[in-house]
Amino acid sequence: MLRWFPENISTYGGDIDAVFSLIYYIVGVWFLLAEGALFFFVFRYRRRAGRAAAYVRGERFSELAWVLVPAVIVLALDFGIEAAGGPVWARVKEDVPEHALRVNVRAQQFNWNFIYPGPDGQFDSADDVTLENELHVPAGRDVEVRLESKDVIHSFFIPNVRLKQDILPGRTIRAWFNATKPGRYELPCAELCGFGHYNMRGFLTVHSADEYERWLQEQWPAAAATAALPAS
Amino acid sequence: MTARAVAKATPEPHHNRHSAPQSFWRKYVFSVDHKVIGKQYLALGLFMALVGGFTAYLIRWQLAWPETEVPGWSYVEPDFYNTMVTMHGTIMVFFVAMPILLGAFGNFLIPLMVGAPDMAFPRLNMMSFWTIFTASCVLMASFFVPGGAAAAGWTGYAPLSADPVYTGVDWGQNLWILALALEFSSFLMGGVNFMTTAINMRAPGLSLFRLPLFVWMQMTAAVLFMLSVGPLIAGAVMLLLDRTAGTGFFLPARGGDPLLWQHLFWFFGHPEVYVVLLPGFGAILEILPVFARKPIFGYRAIVYSTIAAGALSFIVWAHHMFISGIDARLAIPFSVTTILISVPFAIMIFSMIATLWGGSLRFPTPMLFALGALATFLIGGVTGIFLGSAAVDIFMHDTYFVVAHFHFTLFPSALLGGFAAIYYWYPKMFGRMLDETLGKLHFWITIVAFNCVFIPLFLVGMGGHMRRIYNPLQYDFLKPMQPIHEFATIAAIVLLLGQIPLIVNFFWSLAFGRRAADNPWQANTLEWATTSPPPHENFAAVPTVYRDAYEYSLPGNATDWLPQHVPGPALKAQEQAA
Repeated sequence: MLRWFPENISTYGGDIDAVFSLIYYIVGVWFLLAEGALFFFVFRYRRRAGRAAAYVRGERFSELAWVLVPAVIVLALDFGIEAAGGPVWARVKEDVPEHALRVNVRAQQFNWNFIYPGPDGQFDSADDVTLENELHVPAGRDVEVRLESKDVIHSFFIPNVRLKQDILPGRTIRAWFNATKPGRYELPCAELCGFGHYNMRGFLTVHSADEYERWLQEQWPAAAATAALPAS
Repeated sequence: MTARAVAKATPEPHHNRHSAPQSFWRKYVFSVDHKVIGKQYLALGLFMALVGGFTAYLIRWQLAWPETEVPGWSYVEPDFYNTMVTMHGTIMVFFVAMPILLGAFGNFLIPLMVGAPDMAFPRLNMMSFWTIFTASCVLMASFFVPGGAAAAGWTGYAPLSADPVYTGVDWGQNLWILALALEFSSFLMGGVNFMTTAINMRAPGLSLFRLPLFVWMQMTAAVLFMLSVGPLIAGAVMLLLDRTAGTGFFLPARGGDPLLWQHLFWFFGHPEVYVVLLPGFGAILEILPVFARKPIFGYRAIVYSTIAAGALSFIVWAHHMFISGIDARLAIPFSVTTILISVPFAIMIFSMIATLWGGSLRFPTPMLFALGALATFLIGGVTGIFLGSAAVDIFMHDTYFVVAHFHFTLFPSALLGGFAAIYYWYPKMFGRMLDETLGKLHFWITIVAFNCVFIPLFLVGMGGHMRRIYNPLQYDFLKPMQPIHEFATIAAIVLLLGQIPLIVNFFWSLAFGRRAADNPWQANTLEWATTSPPPHENFAAVPTVYRDAYEYSLPGNATDWLPQHVPGPALKAQEQAA
């Protein structure tokens, strides 16, 4: 079933996929049992001459147990699913790592602007560099994105990373990821943001460490490129 | 039932009754008769279903073959595509599902099922229909104003919906808000009527726990609607003020907050799912015992589960907002309450399946639709668990997985349940039987085509396909999924064409159908205790109720059914349990 998913390239994506798989197998079994019972009863108890329907009201506890016991099992499995999913959620959304490489993201109808601090390593200074629809990060490094929107709600979505986060105009929202596999990945907007919504397409480029250094040199040739990397 | 309760349940003498109308206008147009009003709702809902179906056709064609002209239309432009997805959702939820399931069948059946001559407030009832009629006209008019109809999604998220500068839609969005506000006030009037009628106008002997489950479902739906819609009406007024009066409730540039709209919308929006879903369940729960010739399994468990699910629905709204930017620590509590709802629904579903156990099942069209609804709703139910888990929702939110999931909850309950209701109660409404051959044709095309449309969309959603994407060919990672879109679109066209047998059947049978007996299905509930169709004021004499609604195949009884109003053994659950 997971083969339908885009390839996972992030450190936490596998955990999300694992929770999906867990739920898939749990509800899959329930689904087959319930559909099986339904189809079996429809076939088995179709009208036949000389056989009357049973008079069962399901009010006595001994009868109702056929419904209540499975319902209690459902409840127990629900808590199991929560126990598996909760820590994954917390890791992805609650705990943004310290000392991550930071990129500011400013979304607008219908473009992604990725803002790098430039050689001085400081945001909101004269040498900030803004790239349109191009996000470049090194592989194997925690990256923090600070998400802002100029106009309406957009949603920052990198399918291969399993990261999605709405961006609300008027506030800054922090999100993070750690991409492990170099390559170029699409970065769509997942929240309806106007007529150009379908075409709000950015790219995440994941470089190997060396290649990222080279890319920095190309962007900011004069200065010490390493300054763009905050000390970790 | 105690003597006091029986006395309380006796209908008030005549002060809220009305004499039979004489003129054409009073009889068929501005009628106060709940049966006529129910048919008016049905006609309105079915007409809007055609409009909603056509929007679905444009959406699906555009997804499958993005760069081609839609047959019977023209090219769909990106802004028009957004209008289509917005109006499809708005129409189907508010102007098809609610008018048909609550408006048509709630109105037609509640007084009949409780043995009352009419709704508690007949004039308010008439007004509720003409208010939603006006709302529908306003909504339809919005297609023709400059800038076109609303295009901010059926959820109307601000700021997109709050300022014309973002969508280019000005009057269309205002009319959308106005149409919704009118529609809500219509259903507030209806809800008051449903509650008052079902509580106060029950026939002697009809205690609350002898009520047909359909009435329970309608009552619960009415309470959920009345308790949840207030915040959204307030939100709609605020949105309208933002658009027209320069306020900034939802606009950060003017000091507002877009999240406020989402809270107000979903605080209503989640209970609203059950407002649409429960009446469909109610119809299925009426139909299963009749054609299984068995009592419903676990009547009380179903009633308590319904109330529990309704209560829980008020504390789950933020599951629509896991990744909206709310405090991340809120997600797990809301995830827990969301997943807990699976328990009452499991009890309801298991009880439905258990009703079939040991039955003597027959399969006329209403039963086929009821079983089909049950079988497909299971898919909607289990896929909700994925989305209820906050961790999985990070990836699944706003993808086609969500689209497939909610179509698998609302299509079985609202549409298949609605079709089941039409086939089951048509004889009572119009005094004629529907044709079984056409009915079965309609069923098989609908059920097969529906699954072919929406099961593939789960896969597309797992592939990460975003919703509301006008042209999927813009993305390389979506391109491999294009054949699935094409398949789903072909199935959707078959699904739409598959409704022709129903339309033909509906009108042909109205004129030429076999005349219906008063109780053609040999059912127990009170609506079958009067003629088909029922006369003005429903019953020649107020029926007295002697027992529960589902006494089928009672041992020692001469027939395998025992209507509620026929004197005989007064059975109580406790006595039989002994």
